[in-house]
Amino acid sequence: MGHTIAARTPGVFYRRPSPDADPYVADGATVAEGDVIGLIEVMKTFREVKADAAGTIARWHVDNEDEVSIGQELVEIDP
Amino acid sequence: MSILVHDPGLETTVQDTGRFGHYAIGFPPSGALDSFAYHVGNALVGNAPGAAALEAVYLGPTLEFTADTVIAVTGADIPATLDGEVIPLWESVAVRAGQTLAFGQLAGGARPYVAVAGGIDVPEVYGSRSTYTLVGMGGFAGRGLAAGDELALGDDAVAPRAGRRVPDDAVPVHPEVAELRLLVGLHSYRLTPDSLERFTDTAWKVTPDANRVGYRYRGAELEFVPREQPFGAGSDPANVTDCGYPVGSVQVPGGVEPIVLLQDAVTGGGYATLGTVVSVDRDRLAQTKTGDRTRFVPVDLDEALAIRHDRTAQLERLRSDLS
Repeated sequence: MGHTIAARTPGVFYRRPSPDADPYVADGATVAEGDVIGLIEVMKTFREVKADAAGTIARWHVDNEDEVSIGQELVEIDP
Repeated sequence: MSILVHDPGLETTVQDTGRFGHYAIGFPPSGALDSFAYHVGNALVGNAPGAAALEAVYLGPTLEFTADTVIAVTGADIPATLDGEVIPLWESVAVRAGQTLAFGQLAGGARPYVAVAGGIDVPEVYGSRSTYTLVGMGGFAGRGLAAGDELALGDDAVAPRAGRRVPDDAVPVHPEVAELRLLVGLHSYRLTPDSLERFTDTAWKVTPDANRVGYRYRGAELEFVPREQPFGAGSDPANVTDCGYPVGSVQVPGGVEPIVLLQDAVTGGGYATLGTVVSVDRDRLAQTKTGDRTRFVPVDLDEALAIRHDRTAQLERLRSDLS
């Protein structure tokens, strides 16, 4: 059973640090707990979304630049 | 006696009732956006009206208290814990030296308030302890809290004690669609009658651009009555010759995405004011978040004054019941 990372604030979700940069994490990449996996922009500030468990990026529930709500599932991580 | 900030949350600031008397020179008042939650928090912990408290948004801060005190968390519906034990909201709670207040995932509303017996003791700037982050003045060092900050506390609370509780029927609810009562004018004549109707018929969605400066909404497009551009006004059909903006006033640059100006906003400019959210309902607005829906409900001036009168009376009753 995978682990799901959820949004802690509402806002716009980004997978990249800037429009021309590579995504923080590629599909299928391995992440450690605390690794940045994206950004949420809200109130004109960008807040990093960090993995709260280690594993492999299995499935995204949101697309780059989607508006997300609090508690919304962002990505599944397989242990 | 102080508070140690372990995690500041998203944008946690020191706020009081606000910095008044300088609006005419372009100085917005700042102050707690949800005035009711702020005032009730102070009443719960035995503070005089006007003591400084903490306003957070979406994410609560993690705070350690260095001495025994009494606190109250009001405003948003968010799980709050002391050393991991859930504490009630809208109720005064005893804190022992060394205990840590933390928050879980927001369930409703947007802004929790933390009132502490004695208030947050930061210097007054132009008569207020409120933080105005855009120019970096007031509050704690003119900014939102950061990890490692230490906030001094006042010591003039009157008989603070745990167990004071706001009756359930006085605790605001956070509805699916927030209704904000609106005094229509000064420039509502600039909208076509259809568009004015559309403005009040639409359930507007709060965009990610929603903070202490203002809330921006999406949901419909509005049309202005064609006119000859007046002297001193810009070319956008939403432009008028510059005027003062009331706090809570609504403008619609370009006819898309209405903005409600709040306590940290610019005090004047050249956009038509379609109406002004009554001050009592700015509390409700402050508890809406990005993605929430909002409707504007027209009221006349008599109704607006009655709403304010009722709120003042309710606060007086609560203060006297809680003292």
